[in-house]
Amino acid sequence: MGNPFEYAPAPESRAIVDIAPAYGLFIDGTFAEAADGGRLKTVNPATEEVLAEIAVGGEADVDRAVKAARKAFKSWSALPGAQRAKYLFRIARLIQEHARELAVLESIDNGKPIRESRDVDIPLVAAHFFHYAGWADKLAHAGLWRSRTNEHSGADPKPIGVAGQVIPWNFPLLMLAWKVAPALACGNTVVLKPAETTPLTALRFAEICVEAGLPNGVVNIVTGAGETGRALIAHPDVDKVAFTGSTAVGKEIARTIAGTRKRVTLELGGKAANIVYDDAAIDSAVDGIVEGIFFNGGQVCCAGSRLLVQESVADELLASLTRRIKTLRVGDPLDKNTDVGAINSAAQLSRIQELVAAGEAEGAERWSLAGELPGKGFWFPPTVFTGVTQAHRIARDEIFGPVLTVQTFRTPAEAVEKANNTAYGLSAGVWTEKGAKALWTAQRLRAGVVWTNTFNKFDPASPFGGFKESGFGREGGRHGLEAYLDV
Amino acid sequence: MPSAILADPAEVTSSEAALRRFLHGLPGVDRVGTEARAAMLATRSIKTDAKVAAIDLAIRMIDLTTLEGADTPGKVRSLCAKALHPDPGAPDTPRPAAICVYGDLVAEAKAALGDFGVHVAAVATAFPSGRASLDVKLADVAYAVAAGADEIDMVIDRGAFLAGRYRDVFDEIVAVKAACARGEAAGGGSAHLKVILETGELSTYDNVRRASWLAMLAGADFIKTSTGKVAVNATLPVTLVMLQAVRDFREATGRQVGVKPAGGIRTTKDAMKYLVLVNETVGSDWLDPDWFRLGASSLLNDLLMQRQKLATGRYSGPDYVTVD
Repeated sequence: MGNPFEYAPAPESRAIVDIAPAYGLFIDGTFAEAADGGRLKTVNPATEEVLAEIAVGGEADVDRAVKAARKAFKSWSALPGAQRAKYLFRIARLIQEHARELAVLESIDNGKPIRESRDVDIPLVAAHFFHYAGWADKLAHAGLWRSRTNEHSGADPKPIGVAGQVIPWNFPLLMLAWKVAPALACGNTVVLKPAETTPLTALRFAEICVEAGLPNGVVNIVTGAGETGRALIAHPDVDKVAFTGSTAVGKEIARTIAGTRKRVTLELGGKAANIVYDDAAIDSAVDGIVEGIFFNGGQVCCAGSRLLVQESVADELLASLTRRIKTLRVGDPLDKNTDVGAINSAAQLSRIQELVAAGEAEGAERWSLAGELPGKGFWFPPTVFTGVTQAHRIARDEIFGPVLTVQTFRTPAEAVEKANNTAYGLSAGVWTEKGAKALWTAQRLRAGVVWTNTFNKFDPASPFGGFKESGFGREGGRHGLEAYLDV
Repeated sequence: MPSAILADPAEVTSSEAALRRFLHGLPGVDRVGTEARAAMLATRSIKTDAKVAAIDLAIRMIDLTTLEGADTPGKVRSLCAKALHPDPGAPDTPRPAAICVYGDLVAEAKAALGDFGVHVAAVATAFPSGRASLDVKLADVAYAVAAGADEIDMVIDRGAFLAGRYRDVFDEIVAVKAACARGEAAGGGSAHLKVILETGELSTYDNVRRASWLAMLAGADFIKTSTGKVAVNATLPVTLVMLQAVRDFREATGRQVGVKPAGGIRTTKDAMKYLVLVNETVGSDWLDPDWFRLGASSLLNDLLMQRQKLATGRYSGPDYVTVD
């Protein structure tokens, strides 16, 4: 053969996962069909192969799940924190024990590269459960106040009740962990609806809850599509709503629960600026730009989708960036050497295509990584738009795909102004070797997370959440407890 | 990056001040990012026929090394025999690029290796510490070249570098480069110069980048990480920074410089990681023994065992490769 570094295929084995032909809803500790027998299919986005049929929960099923959660809440919330911690530690360890299986399953159902599900998603899932397991018996020391609404609250902050949680398809199991771990640690019970295109790891998680001996009804998983989510959020006995997803749906949720007693946290879209100053460590900045926009194919709410580069280094940075993107390996998500996997669904692919077409129509210059994409499945090549202005739709709308827009700036003030000139405010990146400049910039960015000389770094101890149309409330760390306590 | 920062190599080396300005003007190296990038590339999985080809390439890139106080002519002869017949049971096994020895054993190695194309590299310039007068260092080089060394592995003066006397380091490399010239009687030309930065003593990635540029500006044909004689030898992130430097240097000047990590590379898995690093940082232009070497002693036998395993489907064991 020619260059040995074409890399022969190195597929991770699928044998470790056992996908059933059909799955029911996980309510009160057991799996059951939907009351009206509704089903939908979940497919592998890399091949369009049907993986399994999934029950579609209707209003009656949601009601049954909320009732089960309500019933379980009484005893679960009464458990000493250390006892709840025991279950959470157990779940965390089981996730580690099943790490490879969960990673393969996630990559099959979602389309993300196995390198990411194996090295990022699943380790973070376990880390979240470990982190919040540690908090369960220390809630009184979290720096949160006693309940203002419950005069009998005693020394410890009290849980809220039944949490209705709706999560997206881009990090299926990780978003579940962000929602379930703090809720349970604080003594709440949950009804969770996974995304319609990625329900499989949540269903496997349900089995792990059984394996961990978690009491029935503490965690309920109701699969389905938009209607199921609407029913859950509108259910009168849900005390707390937690949602991660699009800003449009977030607004609908806010309207639905307006005037009710329900508390809500929303983690919505983003259009993050990644600011590269002329004194940045260029090689690492290039890696960070790539990580920022092509991690999970850019299907990340905090993706660094807008590159703002100082004009004086723009040409050389773009040359380095292009050279680096050409080394990316797009293809089979289960190949251990794949850098960019499949787009999660046909619907998402057409949204990316529509916005890219808009970018071209509005006169921005498009460059896409050449190379053949797989014939089946949903794929989009890593793409960079130059000659972009703030007025372009691709610079304003969240694309949620592997598409980077590039703009230049002259001064730090201009960089900050352009970075903040968006309806969103979820994350941002700053690249400079000068510490003072990094701090100056970070202090002025209206974004929930600002990464300096890195991007897309997550840790369960670090709070995550947005400004403006990126939502409100924080998940992760001590701050993440507040959303699940009556304080 | 570089075309903009290096318009005129003669200008940036014209004075101590100009050299310092240039080296300190190079973009910084982010420690966390560089280590993360190297760690990510280390997860690449090289399988089946890619592995077969990569193992043979790695063997061809080895500078098979013995640098002990106890080295004898007999030891060097047996190492040379190993280089000529790495796996007596598999005559299609490629040979390593070179034998690397102390200068006083060059003649022995040359005689043992004959005309089979395996080079002799000699460490010189008061290896490994580099602490001697310039005259002694140059005599060391001239001696090895006269004895027939094809390649000279010199060490830089780390003390001068860390004290900020960049021009002294530069001048010394230039002088050694001149001493690599062979006389007319020996056929002319020049021994290839590898410049050992001893990155374990330079300690920061910024220093590694600066020392790499300094050596290349002074005429290095290769830049090499380590002597193998200090606590920290070749690492993936250090090699990554050096690969970035040769890539940028070629872009700026048109001249290609080779890279040689040395020390601590023992297993096939290690070697694969280095080759992946080369592939994804500088590309196939460097995937050749002329441009990338692995300084190692025990690595060869591990590669041979993996080679046997791929050929036969069975693991053999250390008694099925020769110990020389």
